[in-house]
Amino acid sequence: MSNDLILRVVAKILIPFILLFALYVQFHGEYGPGGGFQAGVIAAAAVVLYALIYGLDSARKVAPDWLVETMVAAGVLLYALVGVAGIVFGGNYLDYFVLGTTPVDGQHRGIFWVEVGVGITVSGVMLKVFYMFADRQP
Amino acid sequence: MSQFGPFSYAITIFLMVAGLYIVIARNNLIKKLVGLSIFQTAVYLLYIVPGKLIGGTAPIVAEGYDTYSNPLPHVLILTAIVVGIATLALGLALVVRIHEAFGTIEEDDILREEHAPR
Amino acid sequence: MNLVAHLPILPVVVPLISAPIAVLSRRGSVAFVLATTASWAALALAVALWVQVGAEGTISYAIGNWPPPWGIEYRIDTLSAFVLVLVSGVAAIILPYCRRSIEAELPREQHYLFYAMFGLCLAGLLGIVATGDAFNIFVFVEISALASYALIALGRDRRALVASYQYLIMGTIGATFLVIGIGLLYLMTGTLNLADMRQRLADVSDMRPVLTALAFITAGMSLKLALFPLHQWLPNAYSHAPSAVSAFLAGTATKVSVYVLLRFYYSVFGAGLVSDLGLREVLLVLSLAAMFAASALAIFQTDLKKLLAYSSVAQIGYITLGLSFESVAGLTASIVHLFNHGITKAGLFMLVGGAVLVMGGSDMSRLAGLGRAMPLTSFGIVLGGLSLIGVPGTAGFISKWSLIVAALERNQWWLVFAIALSSLLALAYVWRFVEAAYLREPAQPREGGREAPPSMLISAWILVAASIYFGLDSSLTLGSAMAGAQSLLGAAP
Repeated sequence: MSNDLILRVVAKILIPFILLFALYVQFHGEYGPGGGFQAGVIAAAAVVLYALIYGLDSARKVAPDWLVETMVAAGVLLYALVGVAGIVFGGNYLDYFVLGTTPVDGQHRGIFWVEVGVGITVSGVMLKVFYMFADRQP
Repeated sequence: MSQFGPFSYAITIFLMVAGLYIVIARNNLIKKLVGLSIFQTAVYLLYIVPGKLIGGTAPIVAEGYDTYSNPLPHVLILTAIVVGIATLALGLALVVRIHEAFGTIEEDDILREEHAPR
Repeated sequence: MNLVAHLPILPVVVPLISAPIAVLSRRGSVAFVLATTASWAALALAVALWVQVGAEGTISYAIGNWPPPWGIEYRIDTLSAFVLVLVSGVAAIILPYCRRSIEAELPREQHYLFYAMFGLCLAGLLGIVATGDAFNIFVFVEISALASYALIALGRDRRALVASYQYLIMGTIGATFLVIGIGLLYLMTGTLNLADMRQRLADVSDMRPVLTALAFITAGMSLKLALFPLHQWLPNAYSHAPSAVSAFLAGTATKVSVYVLLRFYYSVFGAGLVSDLGLREVLLVLSLAAMFAASALAIFQTDLKKLLAYSSVAQIGYITLGLSFESVAGLTASIVHLFNHGITKAGLFMLVGGAVLVMGGSDMSRLAGLGRAMPLTSFGIVLGGLSLIGVPGTAGFISKWSLIVAALERNQWWLVFAIALSSLLALAYVWRFVEAAYLREPAQPREGGREAPPSMLISAWILVAASIYFGLDSSLTLGSAMAGAQSLLGAAP
């Protein structure tokens, strides 16, 4: 597909908007429908689209394997550490109430970082799965 | 009771049994995974359908709404969907590896191949 | 920050955090140190919990400070503390063994991923036991199951892939049945907290969805714990997985599934409902079938790992047999056998893994003359085998003795003969190994005296020695099992 001019141009225009929409879904998730799962998949879809149009090797330059693998682990770690932060600040595990000056503030802060972790891991996992399958030679 | 009444349960059970039947009856490893996915999807319906109230909205506090649908099933099923995707991805990865190792994804052929010397 | 207050959650969190750090490190040796530290820490925490539960009774922990029944509650009673100690203990002893075993069996670039998977699997298994929330059980069942499918698929043989695929299909059906059951219970009670569910079930316990839920949970967990006709995935999965994985799963995975069944039967549904539905009779028949058919199948295996796997199916029959009595004595026998068989089978699979490493395979013909080539390994296997038979002085004897006591309490004399008869079958399959190892001449003479690496041998012998120790001094295991059984049935109306 890499020689198709229309696809190349349209993809180049669309990808920034896909990423922007992913960020919107990510950071608006506290107030409306959305959150880390959806945002992670949308962000990964942008890279997958790029790989489909421009080839796997170009996509690997944008999101190299080491980065993808780091994302998979880092997001989970972030989530788990938010839980530990609850213990450190004197609450229970995954206790968001103690993370801010007021309980509401704390809930915002806790869910924000948890969703960031989820988003990072989900987009990492989606890309990892895509790379793994796309890599196989029949 | 949800908007669709007992029909929603009938659909759920139909999908559940159909998926399970595919898993048992099909010989192709990919088709088995398809059946497994349908089976799991039926469970998502089982949870979500009773959570919907007629006239209920998303449980976000706003002026003019006082009936809310139960959000908990959605949260649970979001988790179950992720589990389902992970299972499907792992299953497909195994099928790819099996195809590379055995040259086929038909269960009968694989079982025959297993007993034959390499 | 008072860590003692957080004891119920920490055994789950520590291995869970070790897994992503192991991935980030990308070094097999770092990941090994992390996983080992995490599992020993989990063991220490589990023992601390056990002591605390013994002193103060059931501990409840509200995740995120949302009080139960709204939030997720972690609930540790005597039974869950006991199973936590078993699972984390087996993991802690297996991990030092993994190092040499994995070096021999897996390519170097997969080592750190192996330890990450191991950490996740351990966190999942511990989570199942620690949590008091029904949906949380399902999530942890799937976390541990997904990690174990991946671990099994790492086996050297290409048949490991097929075994892992079969386990994936069966395991997912089992877990989905569990989640259907939980969903029906949630529909009927509107709660996911197990303790709350129990109270609310009292009003609706005669309604059909509740009975359907019981049936789904029984069928699903029977698949996961490999109850006799549903055991097809187990022999292949255990015999083709890497040795360390076989040992870990044989010692923990099916045992935790038994725990889930116990938890739902006696902490949610209650004994009355379970026996009204005729589940006791079903369990009795299937357990007897497992004890005889699986033992008989084990006798005819030519591969030692597969023989041990079929013996696991038979031994699970003893565990569910104790369940079918529905008395304190019967449940005590179940729980104590769950522990004894867990450590014995894990030790046996570890020793066989050492033999595979040196001899190049677990086929009986390859193991001929093992008694002379690897005296320590084969003596350990014989001792473990004695425990499988239930010879006095081994842990297996304690289990069978308590089963017989439970049978006599119900005046079921014929069961005593059945247990003795199936022990004879166990004697037959253990004898097959003895014959191959001590009486048969090796096909080609080998230079004798080369044992498995010491780190592997010592870890395996710790478990074998433990299975002898708990046969001689059963006060610890029997006492905890009895306390667990009493707490399960004591909650009954």
